[in-house]
Amino acid sequence: MPAMTMVQAINNALREEMRRDDRVIVLGEDVGRNGGVFRCTEGLLDEFPDRVFDTPLAEGGIIGTAIGMALYGLRPVPEIQFMDFIYPAFDQIVSEAAKMRYRSGGQFTVPMTIRTPFGGGIRGGHYHSQSSEAYFCHTPGLKVVVPSTPKEAKGLLTASIRDPDPVMFLEPKKLYRSSREEVPEGEVLVPLGEAAVRRPGKDVSLIAYGYMAQVCLEAATKAAAKGVEAEVIDLRTLVPLDEPAVLASVKKTGRAVVVYEAPRTAGFGAEISAILAEKAIEYLRGPIVRVTGFDTPFPYALEDVYLPNSDRVLAAIDKVMAF
Amino acid sequence: MVDALHIIRDDGSADPRLDPGLSEEDAVRLYRGMSLQRILDNRMLALQRQGRIGFYGPSLGQEAAIVGAAMAMEPEDWIVPQYREPGAALVRGMPLKELLCQLIGNAEDPVHGRQMPCHYVYRKGNYLSISSPVGTQIPHAVGIAWAMRLRGEPHAVLVFFGDGATSTADFHAAMNFAGVFRTPTVFLCNNNQWAISVPVAKQTASATLAQKAPAYGFDGVRVDGMDALAVFRATGDAARRAREGHGPTMIEAVTYRLGPHSSSDDPSRYRDESEVALWRARDPIARYRRYLEHAGWWDDGREARLEQEIGDEITRAIQEAERAPPPAVETLFTDVYADMPDHLRDQRDAFLAPRGR
Ligand SMILES: Cc1ncc(C[n+]2csc(CCOP(=O)(O)OP(=O)(O)O)c2C)c(N)n1
Ligand SMILES: [Mg+2]
Repeated sequence: MPAMTMVQAINNALREEMRRDDRVIVLGEDVGRNGGVFRCTEGLLDEFPDRVFDTPLAEGGIIGTAIGMALYGLRPVPEIQFMDFIYPAFDQIVSEAAKMRYRSGGQFTVPMTIRTPFGGGIRGGHYHSQSSEAYFCHTPGLKVVVPSTPKEAKGLLTASIRDPDPVMFLEPKKLYRSSREEVPEGEVLVPLGEAAVRRPGKDVSLIAYGYMAQVCLEAATKAAAKGVEAEVIDLRTLVPLDEPAVLASVKKTGRAVVVYEAPRTAGFGAEISAILAEKAIEYLRGPIVRVTGFDTPFPYALEDVYLPNSDRVLAAIDKVMAF
Repeated sequence: MVDALHIIRDDGSADPRLDPGLSEEDAVRLYRGMSLQRILDNRMLALQRQGRIGFYGPSLGQEAAIVGAAMAMEPEDWIVPQYREPGAALVRGMPLKELLCQLIGNAEDPVHGRQMPCHYVYRKGNYLSISSPVGTQIPHAVGIAWAMRLRGEPHAVLVFFGDGATSTADFHAAMNFAGVFRTPTVFLCNNNQWAISVPVAKQTASATLAQKAPAYGFDGVRVDGMDALAVFRATGDAARRAREGHGPTMIEAVTYRLGPHSSSDDPSRYRDESEVALWRARDPIARYRRYLEHAGWWDDGREARLEQEIGDEITRAIQEAERAPPPAVETLFTDVYADMPDHLRDQRDAFLAPRGR
């Protein structure tokens, strides 16, 4: 079994799905000859010269035409080069892709997977670092998926491409090449809508996704040294959310720290906090604590200040444990 | 290779029917601006490789199309950049040290290291703040120009953008508004043949970019972007017409991105060196130098002195900029709003408070 980075695993998933299903089409800026600016589509143009397209620089055009392809029975996998550049396509995503099934009573559907790198950690400043998943989680009709390991990136991307609805597949670029993992050749499927327990623990639940899941694991290791057993829940799919997994963990530990790198206000973790307050308050032994980015644009030089790290998570653990 | 307005002939003489008639002083100033941008680019690429700045996007090959256009504008005119036009900021008087502090992202950067390298801003020179999303600046330029008209002020706006940017919805909206409201906007499209790895032929099926302008109801002209006099002339003419109330013009400067898209890019993956060599032979700086020499305004001695002078200026700017400390953590929280709201103040205070556990 080859050890792959997340970039290679994504490439592998795309290649295998394109081999398996000739309706799968890849389009976007620089995805062809250049293989994508992060190389996720490397070599696909050579193998599938009629199904991989370098497009003009127009995100609304990329997503709008991908919707058209999906309406006509193809399975487009458009790439938006950075999530920070998705906004010209926002109307197409939230007004069109998300609502097509509903507004046509299921007569028309949009089985499309939008792949886009997101999140901080590469010194990209305002426009190559943002985590804007909340806008999309707030739009009924879209599924939102965030992998955090190479193997699961393959499994989740494969499941997304096969899903009958539009999926936002958000790739934490900080994890693109940060580690390798054995990734089986051939079919790997991780069903959408299932969270994973990354590390079991009885004292406090750390709930996160993407790069922050890894930060939580680091924090859990540090907490263990102080005798606190933290459980790490990696959501993997934000919509539809695996609510039972989140509730089961918090009902067990009685404490919750929710971690996301987006700005705090109205971030996806606010939804988690609300669910816990509604459905598990009688189990809570302390306040739900959020560790997040600040309510500022994403900075360049002060990136390390902005991004939550394991020390900030650890401080939050201390706070709930001391309550 | 280029079917477009050009003025400097192979022997260095200027076509007398089109020669804008620069004084020696202005002609040399234009040369200095181009040389500064070129030398700066090479020094910054080296600095990036040494890890002293995090990123850089050079304008190699586009010096005439950037500096020639910027020099054709009056100080009250505004310049709205894409991101490949530091040469225009320097024409507007941005101090080199300030530019270096931006590239490093330190405490003396006027925007406190908030933006990635190459995202300059220089209000004093009416040079707008740069953002990464391609094309967003083009409607701003139309709005600024529209405001100039609404206020009855006879100025114009020069907006830079690339061939890739002409595919954006914002380009369409901006061109359409400019045509409808006859705003004093000069659209300067730097057609450097590439948008990262995508060649202009895949960007549009139009034979030229300039030909898009008539569809919006105004003129589009194609100029040889490797010819600084041609760019200067076309931009100056368009700006004059704009100031006089004759509306917008689009200029397509046909040029070439001789270097990588940025320090993160490897062009050997997608283009042939032979194509680059063809364009390198048309280097805008060498071409303009022939013009200066033909006019009797330049020689090897002056060249050597200029190179030395610019090299020293850059070295000094680097040294001074590298002495500045990183930005203060408080600056993360300022300028989000005019007045810091309570929730942000709380976040700042909690972060800055000593870490009691
Ligand atoms: C809306 C948007 N989409 C994608 C990108 C990524 N990107 C940065 S520069 C670039 C190419 C721009 O090409 P062009 O307009 O020709 O300008 P050039 O870089 O050649 O000067 C792309 C695709 C971006 N910055 N903004
Ligand atoms: Mg270009």
